[in-house]
Parts: sequence; structure tokens; C-alpha cells
Amino acid sequence: MIRIVLPPHLRTLAKVGSEVTVEVEGPATRNAILDKLEADYPMLRGTIRDHVTLKRRPFLRFFACSEDLSFEPGETLLPEAVVAGIEPFFVVGAVAGG
Amino acid sequence: MAEVRVLVGTRKGAFILTSDGKREKWDVSGPFFGGWEIYHLKGSPVDPNRIYASQSSSWFGQLIQRSNDGGKTWEPVDNKFVYDGIPGTHQWYDGTPHPWEFKRVWHLEPSLSDPDTVYAGVEDAALFRTSDGGKSWHELSGLRTQGTGANWMPGAGGMCLHTILIDAINPQRIFIAISAAGAFRTDDGGQTWKPINRGLKSNHIPDPTAEVGHCVHRIAAHRSRPNVLFMQKHWDVMRSDDAGDSWHEVSGNLPTDFGFTIDVHAHEPETVFVVPIKSDSEHYPLDGKLQVFRSRTGGNDWEPLTNGLPQRDCYVNVLRDAMAVDSLDECGIYFGTTGGQVYASADSGNHWMPIVRDLPPVVAVEVQTLP
Repeated sequence: MIRIVLPPHLRTLAKVGSEVTVEVEGPATRNAILDKLEADYPMLRGTIRDHVTLKRRPFLRFFACSEDLSFEPGETLLPEAVVAGIEPFFVVGAVAGG
Repeated sequence: MAEVRVLVGTRKGAFILTSDGKREKWDVSGPFFGGWEIYHLKGSPVDPNRIYASQSSSWFGQLIQRSNDGGKTWEPVDNKFVYDGIPGTHQWYDGTPHPWEFKRVWHLEPSLSDPDTVYAGVEDAALFRTSDGGKSWHELSGLRTQGTGANWMPGAGGMCLHTILIDAINPQRIFIAISAAGAFRTDDGGQTWKPINRGLKSNHIPDPTAEVGHCVHRIAAHRSRPNVLFMQKHWDVMRSDDAGDSWHEVSGNLPTDFGFTIDVHAHEPETVFVVPIKSDSEHYPLDGKLQVFRSRTGGNDWEPLTNGLPQRDCYVNVLRDAMAVDSLDECGIYFGTTGGQVYASADSGNHWMPIVRDLPPVVAVEVQTLP
């Protein structure tokens, strides 16, 4: 089980708590867990990644294990602690705006 | 007794205000979608409990919400707006070609006959339609590709398609407006379009009478007379008596003819309302006095309506989608401000009162008159 922490607005939209868990078959990459997250919660499609290009929305970041993974290729394997469910994968909204 | 439901979109959520036909006491529910920008909400004319809302944020993009119970509960529907084919480019602010990029939905216009059919005006300017209640959206690309699109340029607020008017007599005819491209019309249900900007004069563009490039802020019409259109342009209040084929100015004695919103009385097709704003560089009322102006002659001759509106130290704006009318026997007029007030008049504008005063900045106001 991979743990994902969503920003508050997306928790409200998906009607979930502070964490959701997903299970992926095959390599646990960022693309794979976001594909599964969007399959389990279709209302999140387009809110984290662009529908067509699948690029990260500009004001969001991906953090895990005290690392900024936002600029890693989507096919990069996630850290072992995330894959093992020890550490969560964070989707974080930029601190900006009013 | 009839009921009135006012749908209010703000920078930080949606609100629904309800009252009976007297329109004296109001209940406020919301915020719905708290923290999100709600550019527009509108109900279906044939099923008033079916309401669509455009919900967006700079962080999370665009969502479309649908309610089947008059706004008590909501469900997200499809939010995938993909341009038809290769989108190509329009002009950027510096005149260079810029790729078409979807940003948000500015306006939702439900069909006059089918609650599952809705038109969506988006930024970068294009028109989309759903015919399955929002489960999927498809571009009516004949608008964007009708020939002038490469010359369109965004206004300061973005290149948005913000006005959609469906002809109540001939639903194959639809009018739309884009900032800053101008007004366009289809006569075949959205397949083909043509610019309808003859008579507009915009001194801030290189050719003041160009076919496209005008910053149209809003168009309004009376349901019974769809060939007569009223327009609030960046500067100038305009009128067309031939479905947009030609326009003439009816600013008349307005103290300033800059503004954003315009609407028509529900029962008097020649009665028109505008909210003059000082200028394009000072987006607030003249002299700190919030005034609605009414013409009972289809333009040119305007009278200020001030009873109940602040007449000192008022520096709010009234945006293009933030005025609407109800259809009760004594027509009600409603408008929202960037200061968070929604004002209502239950007597065609003679007297006003704030029905809520401390909302986030109001972007859109729509009214439903319920039996």
C-alpha cells in the first residue's frame, strides 16, 4: 500500500481523509500511483496533472522522504520507504495567493 | 407564492440566496466549494433544480459541478476541455503568435429546451457543449477556426469567451462575445460563425473599426425580441436592431460609458440597465457613488437609480456577469460587487437594498424565478 497525502481542497473534492492509499501493479513510479489514484477517484482527474499532457499542474509539488520529487521524470521509481508504506507521498499546493 | 433563487459566484465559493416573491427577507446558504473561484452558476430554464457551476483554482484547475436538487447537493462532472484538432495560435499581448491553452470556464449557458445540454465559454476563447449533462464536453470549433482567430488578442483579464446568448425564438442562432475579439453569431447551431462587429469603434486599437479586436464586455437581449441586442463595450453602450449585423451607440447622457455589465428588464424590452464605471484605468464608480442607470427608451436617455445604494466612499466594481433580472410581475434586478455585496431591487430599480453584504468579491449573479 502506498500512502498519498492530498492538499485539503482535493481531500474535500474526493471525500477522503488526510491520507489515501493505493495499490499499484508493476513498478511503483509517480505516474503509476497517480494513474491509480485517478482511477480510484475520477473527480481528481485534471486537478493534479493536465488531462492531456499529464504534466504536473504548475502550483503543485510532489514531496516524499524530505525530498522534492517534482522535477523527477514520472517513470522514476519512488523511494523504497514510500513503496513500503513507511513514508507518504505528498501532493502539496504552493504557498501563494490570497 | 413564487420564490426567487439568486445564484452567486465569488472569488472564494458559491452562495445561494432565496426569498419569497416579496423579496424582503433572504436566506443565505453556502459557501459551496469554499476557497475556489466560482466564475459562474446557472440553472436550466426547463429544470430549475438542475444547476451547473464553474469551479476553478490556480492550483487545481477547472471543475464543473452539477446539482439536481436546486443547489443543496452537488456532484463533479467531466472537466476535460480539449480543443478540437491542432489548436494553433492567437496573438499574444506583444503581437507574437501564442498557442491556444485552456485556462478556465467563464460562463455556462444551459439550453432553453434540454437540461442536459449546456454551452461553456472558456479562456482561451472557445465554445464547448455538453449534451449529456456534463459527462463530456466537445468544442464547437467552427468559432475558433472561422478565419479571424489567429488575430484575436487577450484583454487584460485574459482571452475569455464570457457571453453566450441563445436566441429564444430560433435556437439555431447563438450570439457570443470574447474579450478582446468582439461579438460573433452562428445561425446553424454552432457549426459556422461570423464576426458581428460592424459599427463598433474602439479607439485603443490600431484600426478603430476593425472586423475583430473589440473588447466587448457583455451583450444582453430580451427573450421576446432576440434581434435587438444591447452591448456594454469597454467604452460605449451599443445597440443592434438587426441581430448584430450593425451597431450604433446609445451611450447618450451616461456620465461615463465605460462599464462591464448590462441587462434588460424582464417585461419591458426597451428598458435597459447598466452600471457605469469611471474608466478603464479606474474600475470603480464615479465620485464614490454607486449608481445603476436605467433607460426606458432602449438607450440614449438614461436616468440614475440611487435609492438604497451607497452615495459616498464606494469604490467597488460590478463585473460583466454580475447582474441579472427575475421575471416576477414587478421585475426584480440584482447585482453583485467586488466588495461582496449583492443588491436587489424589487421594483425595476427604483429602490435597492443589500440582500447580503460581506461575501468575497462577487463574480457572477444569476436569478431563478421559481413557481
